[in-house]
Amino acid sequence: MTRTAPADRGAINVERVFREAYGQAVATLVRVFGDVTLAEDAVQDAFVVASDRWPTHGIPPNPAGWIITTARNRAIDVLRRSARGRALHEEIGAVATTSRGPDTDDWEEEGPVSDDQLRLIFTCCHPALRIEHQVALTLRLLGGLNVDEIARSFLVSEAAMAKRLVRAKYKIKAAKIPYRIPAEAELPERLRSVLSVVYLIYNTGADDPERAALRRDAIRLGRALVALMPDEPEAAGLLALMLLSEARMPARRAEGALVLLRAQDRTKWDQALIEEGHAIVRACIRRDRPGPYQLQAAIQAVHCDAASFDTTDWHQIVALYDHLLSLMPTPVVALNRAIALGETEGPEAALTALDAVASDLDGYHLLHAARGAMLRRLDQRDAATAAYERAAHLAATETDRRFLAQQISELAGNGALTEHPPD
Amino acid sequence: MSQYLLSTYAVAGEVPDAPPTPQDMQLFMQRVIDLEAEMDATGTFVFGGRLYDPDAATVLRPGDGDVIMTDGPFAESKEHVAGFYIINADDLDAALAWADKVVAAINHPIEVRPFQATGRVADQMPGA
Repeated sequence: MTRTAPADRGAINVERVFREAYGQAVATLVRVFGDVTLAEDAVQDAFVVASDRWPTHGIPPNPAGWIITTARNRAIDVLRRSARGRALHEEIGAVATTSRGPDTDDWEEEGPVSDDQLRLIFTCCHPALRIEHQVALTLRLLGGLNVDEIARSFLVSEAAMAKRLVRAKYKIKAAKIPYRIPAEAELPERLRSVLSVVYLIYNTGADDPERAALRRDAIRLGRALVALMPDEPEAAGLLALMLLSEARMPARRAEGALVLLRAQDRTKWDQALIEEGHAIVRACIRRDRPGPYQLQAAIQAVHCDAASFDTTDWHQIVALYDHLLSLMPTPVVALNRAIALGETEGPEAALTALDAVASDLDGYHLLHAARGAMLRRLDQRDAATAAYERAAHLAATETDRRFLAQQISELAGNGALTEHPPD
Repeated sequence: MSQYLLSTYAVAGEVPDAPPTPQDMQLFMQRVIDLEAEMDATGTFVFGGRLYDPDAATVLRPGDGDVIMTDGPFAESKEHVAGFYIINADDLDAALAWADKVVAAINHPIEVRPFQATGRVADQMPGA
């Protein structure tokens, strides 16, 4: 599936269809054959056939259906050739009698596949799998990313990522992790696990331009979850949260450096994404079943609503953080609430609130960066410098370290405190 | 139907959190008895047991012409299997639901691991 020339539309479209149809096709095949590896191999074979055939014969009207039918026939062939397969083949006899379509262009329409994908995402994000494995499986099986792409996104070698996937698939098969939508009683917890995997994928792409594609993948998965579970307000909340964060991405950096919310050029915010995110947040408010993702989305919505930093409705933001803290009493939520409090009550109140979580978050650079910002507003330059230095020491990314070094050098100079004037 | 090993681990040198009073002990035993009765009634219980301390273990290895015997256990580890159940369950979620109940009854961590009963190898051979 290499792009031979820009004019080679067939190859380009096969790639696009691959990305879009992969998750659907694998999910359907897993349902039919109950085996992830067999399903993946068969779907890959089908794409090889497609990339051979479509450029000359044209893309069939329902590419995903064509891929699924071709892959299913491939899988049946594979099963017929092995003894174990023959037994399995008899178990699923109904499938074998289905007429053979593709490989010719005479394919039949597949039924709705959405339930298959939903079942598969609950398998991939089963809490009995470790979180790195959940993420890798979700990107591979539902996101259609290849092993090399996933490996690069998580800064591990392709061999290590391949091993991770093999291990996770082994556990699914050996331990018989079920392939179904969890029962009502388990659903909230299992859904949380799915949503957190998607949000982790988004955040992994959030602060690194090299990995920006992960954000697109996460939003695509988020949209699929909303389509598959229209009655789950938290799925909608996660999608809105990602869309509204994404809307502000273009203004978050200038010349490779981080730009604080206060200084962002708001004309760079993506209005189409903001409108879409706002519409979802409003629908969530009407539904009135608040949850952590919806509240975080609502906080983003308030930021996106403001024409400038100073006209932001900070009281509303603090109120939303209070609500969020009651549902999710974590130190990180308390940290964010303290920063918002700095805008309503001033830096001293913020510092007091930060002190309350200081022991929990001593190893987290953003705690010290927030303290630095508040101390700076109080014109306590030495203490602010010390806090920024500690933050820089703990920061994990080069972008963060550069930003913090910038703050420290501003503090060392004169008259550079205009960005954060003392109150 | 699949089978799973639910094993409890003990930590060497740590006194297991034995129920403090005879009455607590009785309650503990009753919880386990009730759970096992429930496992029996649902066709879940296959086999279960308790292991003696690893100090009682002996290890045998293939040597040069003969078998070499040493004082055990095989793996020098702080944690060792103390007891187990083999249960029938449809899938991992069903096994985990039973594991939940075991943890609630014994108040001790357990490991859930898929188990494949092979029976006698001769029974597994083609044409058996």
